[in-house]
Formats: sequence, C-alpha cells, structure tokens
Amino acid sequence: MIKFEVTAQKDTRSGFGEGLLELGRQNDQVVALCADLTGSLMMDAFKNEFPHRFFQAGIAEANMMGLAAGLATGGKIPFTGTFANFSTGRVYDQIRQSIAYSDKNVKICASHAGLTLGEDGATHQILEDLGLMKMLPGMVVINPCDFNQTKAATIAIAAHHGPVYLRFGRPKWPVFTPADQKFVIGKALMLNEGTDVSIFATGHMVWKAIQAGEALAEKGISAEIVNIHTIKPLDAEAVLNSARKTRCVVTAEEHQMNGGLGDSIAQLLARNLPLPVEMVAVNDSFGESGKPEELLVKYHLDTPDIVAAAERVMARK
Amino acid sequence: MATLAELQTMATQVRRDILRMVYNVQSGHPGGSLGCADYFTAVFFHFMKHNPAAFDMQARNQDAFFLSNGHISPAYYSVLARSGYFPVPELNTFRKLNSRLQGHPATHEGLPGIRVATGSLGQGLSVAAGMALQKKLDKDPHTIWVLTGDGELQEGQAWEAIMYAAHNKLDNMLVAVDFNKQQIDGSTVDIMGFSELGNKFASFGWEVVQMDGNNMQEILTVVPQAQARLGMGKPVVIIMKTEMGQGVDFMTGTHAWHGKAPNAEQFDNAMAQLPVTELGDY
Repeated sequence: MIKFEVTAQKDTRSGFGEGLLELGRQNDQVVALCADLTGSLMMDAFKNEFPHRFFQAGIAEANMMGLAAGLATGGKIPFTGTFANFSTGRVYDQIRQSIAYSDKNVKICASHAGLTLGEDGATHQILEDLGLMKMLPGMVVINPCDFNQTKAATIAIAAHHGPVYLRFGRPKWPVFTPADQKFVIGKALMLNEGTDVSIFATGHMVWKAIQAGEALAEKGISAEIVNIHTIKPLDAEAVLNSARKTRCVVTAEEHQMNGGLGDSIAQLLARNLPLPVEMVAVNDSFGESGKPEELLVKYHLDTPDIVAAAERVMARK
Repeated sequence: MATLAELQTMATQVRRDILRMVYNVQSGHPGGSLGCADYFTAVFFHFMKHNPAAFDMQARNQDAFFLSNGHISPAYYSVLARSGYFPVPELNTFRKLNSRLQGHPATHEGLPGIRVATGSLGQGLSVAAGMALQKKLDKDPHTIWVLTGDGELQEGQAWEAIMYAAHNKLDNMLVAVDFNKQQIDGSTVDIMGFSELGNKFASFGWEVVQMDGNNMQEILTVVPQAQARLGMGKPVVIIMKTEMGQGVDFMTGTHAWHGKAPNAEQFDNAMAQLPVTELGDY
C-alpha cells in the first residue's frame, strides 16, 4: 500500500476560492455570482480583485441561475457559488431549462455538500445533488477529494465548454494530492494498485478509502484504490480495467446510495461486467446535526465501513 | 423601419401563420400568440436593432430578444422566419418530429433567433437580466427586449429578477408584460390577479409605461417613449394591455383558446376574419 503524505488540513471550498481567483487573473471572461454566501464560498478574494466581474444575487438562487445563463449567452464564463443544497434541488428546473437544455456554459460551484457540513443539520446537508445533476443530459459532475484537487478542478472546468457541477465541502480535510496536479475531466486517478478488491471513491471519501486500504493491507488484503473525481462522464475504461483484475467492487461516497457514484458504477458493471458490488453511502436517510466525523460514523461512511464492505464483497466473489 | 400600413399587414400575416401552424398539428397556443402578434411585429420589423441573416448567439453589437412565456411560440416563430432568421416554409414543421420549431422555444436544435429555452415559466426575465449585465460589462449599448406573460408573474422567480434588475440599474432592459388577464384555468382576476401591476413594478424601482398592445399606431407612439427612458438608471416595463385571441372574434374575451387548436370549421371561420396579404402564407 502506497503511503500518502498529508501536507496540510484544508477545506476544499478554499481550493475553489483560490482556483477562482487564479482563473480571474487568467481569463477576463470569467465572472462569478453568489447568493449571499460570499465568505462561506471563499469568493471574497475574487470579489475584491474583480469587483466588476462579481455579481451579488442576494438570497435569490433561482434568479442567480438565470443570470448566469444570460451572462453565458453573451459569452461570459459564469461561476455560481452557493451551498450544494441551494445549487441543485432548490433550482433544479432553472438549471434544467435555462442552463442544461439551453447548453449554457455555466459552472455551478457548490459548497457544504454532504454530511460533513456538520452542525447545520439535514436542511442543509444535501445528499442527493450528484444524482440530480448527473441525470441532466450534458451535465459534467465533479467531486474532487482535497484542497489541491478542488483548486485544479476549478481551473480546469473553465476550459470545458458546457454546464458543469463542481461539488466541494466545508470541513478541513487531509490534503494529499500534489499542488501542481493537472486536472483532466473524466479521467479517474489510480491511487494504489491492488489485486483483491477495487475501491472507487469520490470527494471526501477518497481519503477514507486510503485509510481503509491501509487497514486492509494489515489484514493481508490488497486493495486497488481509484479516485473517481468525475462522476459524469464516468471513466468507464478505468473502472472496468480495475474490476476485471479484482473481480469485486466497493464504492464510497458522501451521498445517497440512490443516484450516486455507486449507482453509476453498478450500472456500468451490470451492462459490461457483472460482478459483486458493495456501496458505502447513505442508505435512504436524511442526515442530522453533529460534528462531521461523528456523522460519518453514525451514517456508516467511515473507514471501518469501507473495510467491512471490502470483506463482504470479497466473500461474494 | 416600416410604415404603419406595412406593420399592420405583417401583423395580419403573423396571425394567419399562427392559426395555420396550430391548426396544422392540432396543438399549440393560439390565444396569447394572437394577442401579442402586433407587439412582436413592431419589435422585430420596426424597433429592434438586429441582424437576422447572420444570427449571433452572443448578440454582439445588436439588440437581443427574450420570450419568457415560451408557449406563445407560434407568434415568435412567425416573426423570426419572416424577418429572416430561418426560411419561412420551415414554419410548416412546427411541433413535428425532428423539427427545429419545438413546442416551446429551444436552442437545442439550433433554431436561429432563439437564445435560451423557455416554457417553464418565470425564467426569462432572469436570463435577460444576465445578458443585460453582460452588455453593460462589455460596454455594448444595445437593448435587451423581453416579453413576459402576466399570469407568469405569479412565479416568484420573476420578482427576484424584477428586484435584481432595479437594484442593479439594468436600464438597458425593456420589458413588455402581456397584460391579457387570462391564464389556463381562467381569468387572472379570479386566480391571482394583478390589479395594480404597474404600481408593483414602480414600487420595485422600475419605470412604468402603459400601452394598448393591439393598436399598432399606439405601439409606434409609446414604445419610443419607453425607449427614451432607457439609460437613466432604471429598467423599463411596458404594461401592455392585449386581448387574448385578438383578430379572431370567437377567440377573444375568454381564456378558452389559451392552449387549444381550432377544428376545421373554426379554422375556416378564423381565417376568413384575417384577409390574405401580399406576403403570402407559408
């Protein structure tokens, strides 16, 4: 098992903020919109440096999505920023009609996704956003794993023409990917090659998968760990190549089991390479208030849950 | 620029197009389309600065038009075709399989003239405001024209956009509200009416102009007055009184023709009320 060095503890939303600022300097067509959460989205630096390219929409997310569609129509590359809950479910029809169906080059950037939002509770802890977004034709769906990757992804999506959903979170989280990484949309990243079980993880759960890989190694189990930062388009080749080798699969995500990464991988395998799959995800439940790590334990999204899933799925081979 | 008589003839032709399109597929929304035929004609053939022959999605150095109440697509398609965005005979494909003329306007099939899909109501003002922002950012002095329904203003998003446009001084937006007081289930007065619609816009910080949207002479007088108020720090709205079904006697004074196609007898009756023009049917 490869040893990953944790270089810092940083929130992924700060990676978005830094990436957006860098993009602003690189490309004057990049504009940003926020619905009264500028500080939470770490957009202050962009706002301060490019005040004329920053648009405060107020607490009116539906209008913000429409504004972004209009700015994109005129050739701008708008990045919207609000919590994941208000970036998706609240404005689904606006995204569907004015952005996705209309093929607008809008980047929907969503913070505070999942249980690790923590104490604010289930009203804000959206666990359905990946599913909502991946169902929209043409929508690219990305959930990076740490600060560095979120920054790289933020910069990369500006060069992709079309709607993108970029999901990140609130808590400080181990940083273990390189600062100078090149982010390629739709290209899964092999973190650790293994032979007994494939673990496909996304977002914060990638770090949990690495920890699970270490625990499995101590038990003599060789886990292949793949970072699926892009849920759509899914890197089918990477998934199938890994599954062909290990013959069993675990998926891990901070999301509902219905509609998430696990669903996408299960569908791919069912159609191409039917194999046993175990899913580490929230099982048809809302979240609640609590500390991020407490919530991950209670809702079975912790390292031991991935280890147990790997052992279960290996027994089904 | 066109003369009053030319515009009146075009509006009649647009009405003939609307009826033929809807009758042809026994589907679509004739009522609101007929009611807005005069305004559409005036905007596309007289007021708007645009280049139909070379459609530019980004509307660089020209005006842009957004139809928020997308269900009145027959009127929109007619003026787009007849002003040169796409061939007039293509109107015959309205609502048919593999057509660029979808039931509600869409960009997906690449129909020139359409900049965003509309039909799910209440979204057009926001998109238009976004493009108004872009024009200001790029120092392009052209106008964003918007047509929205009145029933559609029951959608909360519309008021988000109305608030935003005023707060951000989007004085390059010229919005017309099709104030026909009808919606699918009946009169807006009964369902959720706007007896003080102009005052509502004014209290949100808009310049408000009133107009009879079925009187071409009045349109030619009032729209320039509305245009003269652009560029003065406030978005401008024209509260445009229209009759749903205008031009066909049995389609007016009722909400019944909001989304219903005429049968053969009704079609013949309606067409007989709209004289053939030298422009010719598609």
